[in-house]
Amino acid sequence: MIDLWRDILLLFDATLRLSTPLIFCAMAGLISERAGVIDIGLEGKLLASAFAAAAVAALTGSVLAGLGAALLTSMALALVHAFATVTHRGEQIISGVAINILASGLTIVVGIALFQQGGQTPTLGPGERFGPIVLPLAGTLGGVPLLGPLYAELISGHSAPVYVALLTVPLVAWVVNRTTFGLRLRAVGEMPASVDSAGLSVTGLRYGAVLIAGLLCGLAGTYLSAAHGAGFVREMSAGKGYIALAAMIFGNWRPWRVLFACLLFGFLEAGAARLQGVELPLIGQAPVELILILPYLATVVVLAGFIGRATPPRAIGQPYVKER
Amino acid sequence: MASVTPAVSLRGISKAFAAVQANRDVDLDVMPGTIHGIVGENGAGKSTLVSILYGFHGADAGEIRVDGRPVRIADSAAAIRLGIGMVHQHFMLVPNFTVLENVMLGAEGGPRLDGRAATRAEIERLGASYGLRVDPDAVVGELAVGLQQRVEIIKALRRGARILILDEPTGVLTPEETDRLFEILAELRREGVTVLLITHKLREVMAITDHVSVMRQGEMVAHRETAATSPEELAELMVGRKVLLQVGRVPARTGPPALRAEGLTWRDGRGVERLSDVSLELRAGEILGLAGVAGNGQSELLDLLSGIAPVQEGRIVTGARVIDAARPADPAEMRRLHLGHVPEDRQRRGLVLSFEARENAVLGYHHGPEAGAGRLISPSALTRHCRRLMERFDVRPVAPRLAARGFSGGNQQKLVLAREMERQPRILLVGQPTRGVDIGAIEFIHDQLNALKRQGGAILLVSVELDEILTLADRIAVMHAGRIEGVVAREDADIGEIGMMMAGMRGAA
Amino acid sequence: MTPLPRWVELGLIPLMNLALAFLIAGLVVWLVGEDPVRALVVMVEGAFVYPGALGYTLYYTTNFLFTGLAVAVAFHAMLFNIGGEGQAAIGGLGIALVLVLLDPYLPGPVLILLAIAGAAAFGAAWGAIPGWLQAYRGSHIVITTIMLNFIAAGILVGLLTGPLMRPGQSSPQTREFDPAARLPYIHDIARSLGFEATTTPLNLSFVLALLAAAGVWLLIWRTRWGFELRALGQSEPAAAYAGVPVARMVVQAMAVSGALAGCMALNEILGAQHKLLLNFTSGYGFTGIAVALMGRNHPVGIFLAALLFGALYQGGAELDFEFRTITREMVLVIQGLIILFSGALALMFVPVLGRVFRARRA
Repeated sequence: MIDLWRDILLLFDATLRLSTPLIFCAMAGLISERAGVIDIGLEGKLLASAFAAAAVAALTGSVLAGLGAALLTSMALALVHAFATVTHRGEQIISGVAINILASGLTIVVGIALFQQGGQTPTLGPGERFGPIVLPLAGTLGGVPLLGPLYAELISGHSAPVYVALLTVPLVAWVVNRTTFGLRLRAVGEMPASVDSAGLSVTGLRYGAVLIAGLLCGLAGTYLSAAHGAGFVREMSAGKGYIALAAMIFGNWRPWRVLFACLLFGFLEAGAARLQGVELPLIGQAPVELILILPYLATVVVLAGFIGRATPPRAIGQPYVKER
Repeated sequence: MASVTPAVSLRGISKAFAAVQANRDVDLDVMPGTIHGIVGENGAGKSTLVSILYGFHGADAGEIRVDGRPVRIADSAAAIRLGIGMVHQHFMLVPNFTVLENVMLGAEGGPRLDGRAATRAEIERLGASYGLRVDPDAVVGELAVGLQQRVEIIKALRRGARILILDEPTGVLTPEETDRLFEILAELRREGVTVLLITHKLREVMAITDHVSVMRQGEMVAHRETAATSPEELAELMVGRKVLLQVGRVPARTGPPALRAEGLTWRDGRGVERLSDVSLELRAGEILGLAGVAGNGQSELLDLLSGIAPVQEGRIVTGARVIDAARPADPAEMRRLHLGHVPEDRQRRGLVLSFEARENAVLGYHHGPEAGAGRLISPSALTRHCRRLMERFDVRPVAPRLAARGFSGGNQQKLVLAREMERQPRILLVGQPTRGVDIGAIEFIHDQLNALKRQGGAILLVSVELDEILTLADRIAVMHAGRIEGVVAREDADIGEIGMMMAGMRGAA
Repeated sequence: MTPLPRWVELGLIPLMNLALAFLIAGLVVWLVGEDPVRALVVMVEGAFVYPGALGYTLYYTTNFLFTGLAVAVAFHAMLFNIGGEGQAAIGGLGIALVLVLLDPYLPGPVLILLAIAGAAAFGAAWGAIPGWLQAYRGSHIVITTIMLNFIAAGILVGLLTGPLMRPGQSSPQTREFDPAARLPYIHDIARSLGFEATTTPLNLSFVLALLAAAGVWLLIWRTRWGFELRALGQSEPAAAYAGVPVARMVVQAMAVSGALAGCMALNEILGAQHKLLLNFTSGYGFTGIAVALMGRNHPVGIFLAALLFGALYQGGAELDFEFRTITREMVLVIQGLIILFSGALALMFVPVLGRVFRARRA
């Protein structure tokens, strides 16, 4: 019984760790897309910032320098996206695809040039990454039955970015729904002409949204290589940006629902990892691949409107052109 | 005159969009506390002019003065600061926002929507003092068009507008809503607000304005005091020559019914009933005019009759073919049943603007021999066919390989009409045939419709221009809120009665 | 807007975009401390000059032809098919299923024909799914095709580590197919005709891809189906008005697109590898987007763009041998830049050039 409880806690613990990059990226996508700019480039920004964080942390020995580099890198890519899609009204999906491929190539090319380790960065030491934060009394309370392990295993002991990610959700929800910036953001994603006519800058708002998305992806990347992992490896984003995109759609572009989707998808990943190679009664080998494609499958089902209905912002994907 | 400074004064305003000179050396003085009309045909440059005044477009040349001071209006924010407000032809409202949120947008009162309470109070106050009543918590997309327009006016006033521009405000309104709007404008004038009213409807200009300016082909051609002019004079100024007001109606030799609609009811994707129990009979050799304010189901009816939208309830009968929910017909089949369709929106529907004229000349008929005799499309057949249509319908330039967007509105429309009339249809559906078309082309198009009627074609003419319907139609059906309010013979038609029906007040007449 | 001269629009602007992409790629090379000019020379030699280089280049070109055509067909209907990866993977599965099940029983030519049909049919089906979802359920095709890429990859992993795994082995791939069921190599054909030829993986798929390009041209510009497809792409309301069965057309367009992407597997699986293995699509599906963009969705342009990318891939492989610090991943950088400048920023130079050419005329 105690063991089962412990297993469950460990599973949720892993869920939280695996959900963190999804939460950051999905919130990034949410901000960008609520402003009407599709962000297929989450994956590329995640990958590039993961590389920047690890590379700079390794070179300087400072995780904070790594964090700064990651934010700058990701926001630079976001700037490219904004320049192409807002200023030059380019196709948003193409721009996103370009950013993903570019990140995929640049991380390896620059990685090899800097470290000569086949595209990896050196392993990061303790000061070069965000370590676990043990919350007060975790040791003492760990012995309390049921709730003790809950506190010690699940709530305590994560790295800083995990807690930041969890705080990001209420922050994004508040900004989008309760602030002036959020009102304008939603308006520009629904009906940019109304924003223009109100004397506000469509371009400025969209640039702002895209850059915030860049910032959040930078946090995700930092977490990936300098908190969750200890260094960068090739293609380490491994589709997480796309899963985050899926979670954002699954959550219907609403912050709390998106958080739920991220946790669900993280849980599936954690569960699949635990079931790897496990013999299940009746089924035999656990169908790990099947579990791993569930997030994608679930998103397709939701998009198809079989469960719920995904309603994207009205003006999404359309560059704003003044009418004659 | 010289003693009062104009609220707005424009001198020498010019604006070109690439090759098109939208405004040329325009002068205008608008006196404070008056309602000033600007009239002109479609494409005369009225909208461009007020867009410049509202900072949507920058002028290439010219000077703007507001209350006597020279100003630069680089964007809408600058216009708003100068006390200029605008109600656009297509409303600039976020449909899924509430009225309050829409009014607040851009004037939120602080980073955390701090002006919420103040804005709510202001909406109440404006509602009380100008009759602009609207529920601040209603979702805008669910409001009637007339109410949405009020929200636009409230938005402008909330931002302190002392000069209010309205661009074609009545196009989407019923006569009754129009009257309400004019009462509001009169009230605003009493409060000292200056109103600039853009329209192409002379009746409205005569009814409400103090001064009127006339534009033609990008130029300002005349300024008049409304009391000292007449609709005839204004019409002549708008067109640039004496208007031959009537092509003249050809006497009808009505034959048997060619198309019958019986009890058509239709709901859109959101479940809103757009057509309610519509029944019509269209006979050979007549033009049936379908009158009504835009958006009262005419478009949906055309979609059903042409096969674009599937029949849900009721049926359509033509010849031996009965079309209902169980036995649907698509546009291709309707064409095979000898039905031609000149759609309301030729740029979105009637033509593929990026296609060459010769490809557009077979659009919808591309399975036929016009596109080539064999299995494959023959470019030379396309060119031959297109050239023939262009010569017969006087489409200029005769350039089969020019993209459709390269033709003027009138020539685009003639190309569509040529295509749809080429096979001598038994039934022709025509939506807004002369919208955005120059006068010369209008006469040509009206002549063609009369000619088809003389040959026994059955024509359904949908137009929001009542004058056009009165000119051509033998019988007039009036639509309101998805229903046919009544059908009258042209001889018995009374404009007042038709107006009442358009407003849905059938019983009141 | 006065249109720009044709040669500017079709020649100068694409070249300027391409040049900019290469310029920035060169800058990257220079920044990592190598000589961009030498890198370019190495790539050109690697792609065209060394013995067998051209064979390899054309071998890669074949992949890009198929995936580029696939993207283009969908694009003519204004559908953004970024599911080429998944459709190609499932196309490969089609080949594998046909051959694993039937190669003991049927003669080679029949097997090959069935395998081609299998690749096309499986790819078509995998493309038709997002098409159907878009047409009848309104699901955004970009997102569904992305999701289906991952689902396809998952299915392949599941099958290749399970039922389709080569007996007695633990690597995730099928057994080798019967040698009779292979598309002939071009060098074998050449030698049988008495020419000398270097051994390369270039196979008959290249010819099939050229035929597909010609077929796509005919389909899009000379058939009534293609007319309807283009009408739909340029204006959906106008297409509906013209009697185009819009929903069905979307599904059909995606099926044709998927079939073409699926045929990419012919080159890799039926022509070169002779067994199904994981990740054989290795990004060719995504690159198809760049190829179609650069080729402006026209088969001739797509052929030129495919050739360019074929040369980049082959020449890029050569970088690995010649340089310590730059590798074939440099090609990804170039590719990303090309998509950025030829795609998302395709119109960047238009205002400038518009001013230049209008001023000249005035």
